[in-house]
Amino acid sequence: MSHASHETDAPAILAEVNPAVLPRPALVEHDRSYSWITEKICGIVEGKTPTWWWVCFIVACFIASFTVVGLTYLVSTGVGVWGHRSPVNWGWPIVNFVFWIGIGHAGTLISAILCLLRQKWRTSINRGAEAMTIFAVVCAGIFPVFHIGRVWYAWFLFPLPNSNYIWQNFRSPLEWDVFAVSTYGTVSVLFWYVGMIPDLATLRDRFEAAGRKTRSFFYGIMAMGWRGSARAWNNYEMAYLILAGISTPLVLSVHTIVSFDFAVSLIPGWHTTIFPPYFVAGAIFSGFGMVLTLMLPLRAIYKLEDLITQYHIDCMCKITLATGTMVGYAYAMEFFIAWYGANPFEGFAFINRAFGPYAWAYWIMISCNVITPQLFWFKRVRQNITLVWVLSLFVNLGMWFERFVIICTSLSRDFLPSSWGYFSPTAIDIFTFFGTFGVFSVLFLLFVRFLPLMAMAEIKAVTPQADPHSEHHG
Amino acid sequence: MADQPYGLIATFDNTGALYRAAEKVRDAGYRQWDCITPLPVHGLDRAMGQKRSIVPRISLCGGITGFCTGMSLIWYTDAFDYPVIVGGKPFFSPLFAFPVSYELTILFTAFATIIGMFVLNGLPMHYHPVLKYRDIRRGTDDLFFIVIEAVDPRFNAAETRDLLARIGGRNVEELET
Repeated sequence: MSHASHETDAPAILAEVNPAVLPRPALVEHDRSYSWITEKICGIVEGKTPTWWWVCFIVACFIASFTVVGLTYLVSTGVGVWGHRSPVNWGWPIVNFVFWIGIGHAGTLISAILCLLRQKWRTSINRGAEAMTIFAVVCAGIFPVFHIGRVWYAWFLFPLPNSNYIWQNFRSPLEWDVFAVSTYGTVSVLFWYVGMIPDLATLRDRFEAAGRKTRSFFYGIMAMGWRGSARAWNNYEMAYLILAGISTPLVLSVHTIVSFDFAVSLIPGWHTTIFPPYFVAGAIFSGFGMVLTLMLPLRAIYKLEDLITQYHIDCMCKITLATGTMVGYAYAMEFFIAWYGANPFEGFAFINRAFGPYAWAYWIMISCNVITPQLFWFKRVRQNITLVWVLSLFVNLGMWFERFVIICTSLSRDFLPSSWGYFSPTAIDIFTFFGTFGVFSVLFLLFVRFLPLMAMAEIKAVTPQADPHSEHHG
Repeated sequence: MADQPYGLIATFDNTGALYRAAEKVRDAGYRQWDCITPLPVHGLDRAMGQKRSIVPRISLCGGITGFCTGMSLIWYTDAFDYPVIVGGKPFFSPLFAFPVSYELTILFTAFATIIGMFVLNGLPMHYHPVLKYRDIRRGTDDLFFIVIEAVDPRFNAAETRDLLARIGGRNVEELET
C-alpha cells in the first residue's frame, strides 16, 4: 500500500526537487576521436621496436634463464636440491605457486567481475590485466609440476587411462586443484583471445593498408575474418557477457580450492573455515598490486595518460585498499578464533607465527599488507604515481610473505615438538623463483610488442560519441 | 550471375546517423543486410530488428554436459572401475565430486559459448565480399557502414541505392561478389 502512495506523491515532489547532476568522470580524456584511439594503440605494435624494449627483453631473458637452469639441475639431480624436507615438505614451490596464481586473479576480476558490475573504467586496463593473468598462471604452473618430483609423470595428474589401471583420487583437494588451475588457465586464454578478435582485425586491416603482407596475414589468421558485422557483434557481445558471467564464479572458486589444499588438512593454522574468502581477498589484493606495478610504467612509457587516467588509478588504489583491509581483518580474525576456539595447538600456531622463529616474516607481511594499503585512503598518495608504484611493490612483497608464513610456520611446528624443524631455502630455490619474474617479463614484453595492449573496440564504446542518442559527434 | 553485385554499401560518419539509418532500413522491410561498426553500438541490435542471440542456449548445453561429465567421470573412475579405499571415505559422494564437476561445468560452458559464437558468426571466415571494399579497413577503425545484400527479395539496384542515399549514407557503391 505504501508503494502506491509513493507513486502518487512522486510527481509533486519531482516538480520541486532538482536532482543533483553528478558528472561522471571521463574515461578517455581530452575528448579523443576513434581514430586517435586506434592510432595510439596500434602505433605501439606497428612502430619500430624501441631500444628500452630490447634492453628489458634481454635482461628478462637473462633472468628467465635462472629458472631454466634451476629446473634443469633439479630434474637431472632430484628434488632434494630444493630446501623443503620433513617437516616442511611444501616449502617455497607451493609458496610461489600460490603467490603467482593469486596475482592472476586481479586480471580475471577486472575483466569479468567489473564487466558484470558495468564498471566501464575496466576497458583501458582489462587487456593488460588478462595477459598478466595468463602469464602468472604459466609461472604458477611450473612449481607444482616440478614439485611432484618426477616431472615426466606429470600427466598422472589427469584422469588418462594408463597401464597402472589406478585412477586419480578425487577425494583429495590436490586433485581438485589440478582441475581448478587448468580450467582457470584455459578459460583465461579463451576469454583473452575472444576479447582480442576485433582488435586483431583492426591490426590486420592496418597492416594490409600499409602493405606489410606477412604481418597482415599473421593478424588475419588470428582475427579469423572478423569484419565488425553488427550481426556478429550481437552474438559476440552475448558470448563475452557469458564468459564474464562464468569467469566470476571461476575466479572465486580457483582460490577457494587452492585454500582447500590447506583448509581440508588437519595442520594447526591451516584447518580454518576463514581460508577461502581470506585467500580470495588476498589474491585480488596481490593481483591489483601487480596490475599497478605493470601498468604505471607502461602508461608513462607509451604516454597513455588519456586512456589510463587518474580516475583509473584511483579506482585501482581503492580496490587495493578494500581488499587489503579485508586481508587485515582476516589476520585479526584468525588470531581471535585461535584464542576463542580454545584449541591449544591452534593457539600455539598463531603465537608461534607472530613471535616464533618466523616472526620476522610475519611482521614483514603485516607491515606490507595491513599498513601499506591504508595509505591509499589519502588522495595525495593516490595522485602521486611514483608513490603508488612503490606501494604496489610492497603489496607484492607482502603477499609473497603471507603465503610463506602460512606454509612454513604451520608445517615447521605442528603437533609434536620432536618433529619440529626450521625451513631454509637453498640457492636453487631462490634462483628458480627469481627466474620466474624473468619468464613473466619475457611473456609480457612480447605481448606489449605484438598484441593490442588495450581493448580498442571497448574503449571506443565508452567514449561519449559512441552513444547513438547523444548529440556529441566528434 | 557474374553481373549480379553482392550488394550495396553506404558509409556513415557516426553512431547516431548509423542508428537512425538502421531503423529506416529495418522499417523498409529488408532482411538480408548488415551494419559494419568498429565498436559494439549500444541498442543497434534492436534498431536492426535483430533477435536476442541464441548463444546462451548453447552455453547452457555446454554447462550441463560439463557437470554431468565431472560427476560421471568421478563415479566411474573412483567407485566403479577401480575402487580404492582412501582414508575410509566413501567411494563416491556428490560432495567431494562437486569441486571438479563445478570446474568442468565452467570449462565446458566456455568452450560451448565460444564455439557457438564462432559457428553463429561463421568464423573463421576466409573471404567475404565486403572485405574487398576499398574503405572497409576504416570499418575496424572509425567509420560505419550499412550493407544491403542483393539476395534480399526487396533489393532493387536503383531503389535501394536511393534509400541508402536518402537515409544519410555517403558514397553508396556496389560490391562485387
